[in-house]
Amino acid sequence: MAAITTLEPMTRSTAEDAAALEFSAVVAAHRPQIFRFLLASTRDLDLAETLTQECFLKAHRNWASFRGESTAMTWLMRIAINLQKDHWRNRRMQFWRHTRTNSVDLEVLAQERVAQVWKAVEGLSERQRTVFLLRFVEEQELSEIARATGLNEGTVKAHLSRALAKVRAELGGKR
Amino acid sequence: MSFNHEPASRQDASRQDDAEALDPELKSALADFRLSFHAFSDAAYARARMPLARAPRRGRVWRLVAGCALGCVLLAGSVSSGVYRHHRKEVGIAQAREAQHQRQLAADRASQQAREEEDLLAKVDSDIARQTPSAMEPLARLMSDDETR
Repeated sequence: MAAITTLEPMTRSTAEDAAALEFSAVVAAHRPQIFRFLLASTRDLDLAETLTQECFLKAHRNWASFRGESTAMTWLMRIAINLQKDHWRNRRMQFWRHTRTNSVDLEVLAQERVAQVWKAVEGLSERQRTVFLLRFVEEQELSEIARATGLNEGTVKAHLSRALAKVRAELGGKR
Repeated sequence: MSFNHEPASRQDASRQDDAEALDPELKSALADFRLSFHAFSDAAYARARMPLARAPRRGRVWRLVAGCALGCVLLAGSVSSGVYRHHRKEVGIAQAREAQHQRQLAADRASQQAREEEDLLAKVDSDIARQTPSAMEPLARLMSDDETR
């Protein structure tokens, strides 16, 4: 009995160490992608960095409750989507209109066609934009997008189809 | 706890659907869009993380400046304390010399006084000694008185 009581804290600390190591590996593997998605969504470098940090802080706090039912990336992406949604909702600001004047200059992205795609993305609704960016920037599968956004696959497909139609129209109009 | 990392291949059925739906120009535009944004994001990610890496460096500069300042203060302190100690030593030596000189003077004065006292005593003694033979004086006076009478 005495042996069990002395071993118990050691076992707990070993498990905590392993979890910490596992989480560090997840951060290292997914941080750039989460940052990229948040940067594409907000087009604000500082905000993207802040939200990325918040995302991993939240993930760290809830790491013990992550059961591995989805991939770590999907789980993190869901946190990131909620964070950027909450941010704009809390600030009661027009999501894209506000950020247009901020940091990321379209000129930096150079090519005209790319600029046209960005312009089309500006006109998308929040959900369409999120689905579009996850599909064509993060190259996620529809099922992954559905899990990350909490929508069903049919809805994701519908949003994506409308988003693509707008992009196509933008590109066609300039042709 | 277990978790799955991203699948390496993304060529699933849903992507096939997209590919079929995309005309070559849209496909190429979206590929450019993705690649340019990935490049932009990678650069921004590196830039965003650079200040974090620089932060300790700035701290190091401040530490260096503070260290230099502290070093200067210590150096100035040690130099001034050395100068002060040297000054104190010089003053001590001068005071010791002065004290010795005073002692010497006092000793000279004392020895001269002693000599003078000795001379005086000797003179008194000699005066007394010169008068002592006149112990026969009364007889001599008596004799001279008889002669005159």
